[in-house]
Amino acid sequence: MNPLIPLFVIIPLAAAFLIMIIGRFIRDFNKYFTSLVLLLLVCLTLWSLLKIDGGVSVYKVGGWEPDNYIPIGIYMVLDSFNIIILCIITIVGFLSAVYSISYIKRYTSENYFYSLYCLMIAGMNGVVLSGDLFNIFVFLEISVISAYALVAFGVEKNELEASFKYQVLGGIASFLILFGIGFIYWKTKTLNIADIRVAFTSGYDKKFYLFAQLLILSGFGLKAAIIPFHAWLPDAHSSAPSPISAMLSGVLIKAVGIYVIIRLFFNMFAITENIAVLITTLGTLSMVVGVFLAIGQWDIKRLLAYHSISQMGYVVMSAGAGMILIARGVKPEVASLAIAGGIFHLVNHAAFKGLLFLNAGAIEYRTGTRDLREMGGLAKSMPATSATSFVASMSISGIPPFNGFFSKLVIIIAAVMAKFYLLAALAVIVSIITLASFLKFQRYAFYDKPEYPKEPKPKEVPFPMVFSMVILSIVCLLLSLLIFPGIRETVLTPAIDILTDPLKYSNSILGI
Amino acid sequence: MITYLMCFALFLVGLYGAITMRNLVKIAISMSIMEFSTFLFFALLGYVEDGVAPIVNPDDPAKIYVDPLPQALVLTAIVIGLATTALMMAVIIRLYRKCGTFDIREIRNLRG
Repeated sequence: MNPLIPLFVIIPLAAAFLIMIIGRFIRDFNKYFTSLVLLLLVCLTLWSLLKIDGGVSVYKVGGWEPDNYIPIGIYMVLDSFNIIILCIITIVGFLSAVYSISYIKRYTSENYFYSLYCLMIAGMNGVVLSGDLFNIFVFLEISVISAYALVAFGVEKNELEASFKYQVLGGIASFLILFGIGFIYWKTKTLNIADIRVAFTSGYDKKFYLFAQLLILSGFGLKAAIIPFHAWLPDAHSSAPSPISAMLSGVLIKAVGIYVIIRLFFNMFAITENIAVLITTLGTLSMVVGVFLAIGQWDIKRLLAYHSISQMGYVVMSAGAGMILIARGVKPEVASLAIAGGIFHLVNHAAFKGLLFLNAGAIEYRTGTRDLREMGGLAKSMPATSATSFVASMSISGIPPFNGFFSKLVIIIAAVMAKFYLLAALAVIVSIITLASFLKFQRYAFYDKPEYPKEPKPKEVPFPMVFSMVILSIVCLLLSLLIFPGIRETVLTPAIDILTDPLKYSNSILGI
Repeated sequence: MITYLMCFALFLVGLYGAITMRNLVKIAISMSIMEFSTFLFFALLGYVEDGVAPIVNPDDPAKIYVDPLPQALVLTAIVIGLATTALMMAVIIRLYRKCGTFDIREIRNLRG
């Protein structure tokens, strides 16, 4: 029993209620309180990251002990894989909250904003920590309902339309997921992920199994915006206020989409080759199609949103390549390398995509436009924004020594070693097109003209916004350290072990 | 088995409506149909033939009980469904005030 685990959900949940009550009476309570709460969560996650050391710790809600190794109560699980996701949720969440202090002044009813923001964090933490399927669904709904409301926060025509689209597609995804959960419960009579794994190892009906896998994959694929299910993402992510775009693109699609897919397909279902090939195909498709859709965009936030689809394609593709190798039972070390590349890219993407959306927000804050053709010459008047966005652009397009280079390198090396030459070639080509697209962004936004053509001349954004952007660009640089021996063994390797070892996760939860 | 298949057919009816309808409120209704087909599926899962309510009576132990867990799950899911429907209706009302129409073809401005 680790008593710290429920705090990750309780603290932001309590903060959401306190903001609504106390924020009515005390001005400015909401913004500083949110930042403080998230700073506390950052400290808590970093401390847990240092303490976890490859183990799996379980919190049984209500103290219900298992009966004859059959779990009864609700389990919350903290292991070396989901602690990484928790880290990116809290760190990007903290920096976006600090950024919002200045940015959100242009909207009314700030209390609602910060309250929904805390609810979203609580929901994502819950999804990541939950050890059973139904609680994943409940927490997922908490986080996406607050995300729907936050996308519509501007209450203009475009925001409302994007939110409606997101709600319809997100709703369909939720019901598919719920159907899949019901289907699994029907056959296994349990909801605990570890227990379902044990039930599956003792035999299953093939057709049913495939159907359940497809329901779960399409449901969470819709949440993660993998390519055939991507239609809501560019609208929703570009219409939301910028700190929320950073959270949605940087964290939400990973925590409620990619994380759950990886967790369930590695630790709950036994890996089969046909579903592994399907996942790899979807990943490759979103990697390639996403970047081609991105290159023609002139709206900065839509451009960044399409790149999110493409970069998530890298993660899904490399996890899928790892699954194929595990299913075939060949080259386990290459499989680990591919999965490591995927998870590393997931973490990196949170840092640089969060930073890019914050940059886009800073540009919009000062110039009032998101159209690249109306900008130009901002490098002189907004030096901090320009420098940090340069770091982020170079990271996402894979230029050394920034973090994106190392993760893409690992993915490509793993694909070559696994003899998936087509995937490696596509990864390289997509990376080059990404570079082209971000050079366009840099040129049109910051250079091209000697100075910004319109009056009033833009100034640098206020301190809290600069603070968040600078910290995130330092994080971008520091994350490349994760690949070096010494740090890799303490953070990435235990996470890979828990995914690739078929029974470690379930056995250590059930205590067998 | 036929009841389970009818559940799935109801789900597909809702999905068809959500995809083809042009009216915002009708889309919301289709979403509700999908939602309730899923709830119906859960309620069916808990049913055991000749089962009684799961209250253990020590005097008469040899009984078949229905599964109480899906009912608890369905209650939670209904509450969540209420929240999503309420939010969707709120957004539809705001859209109607902005655009003066429920027709999605006239509202459509963003392209995915």
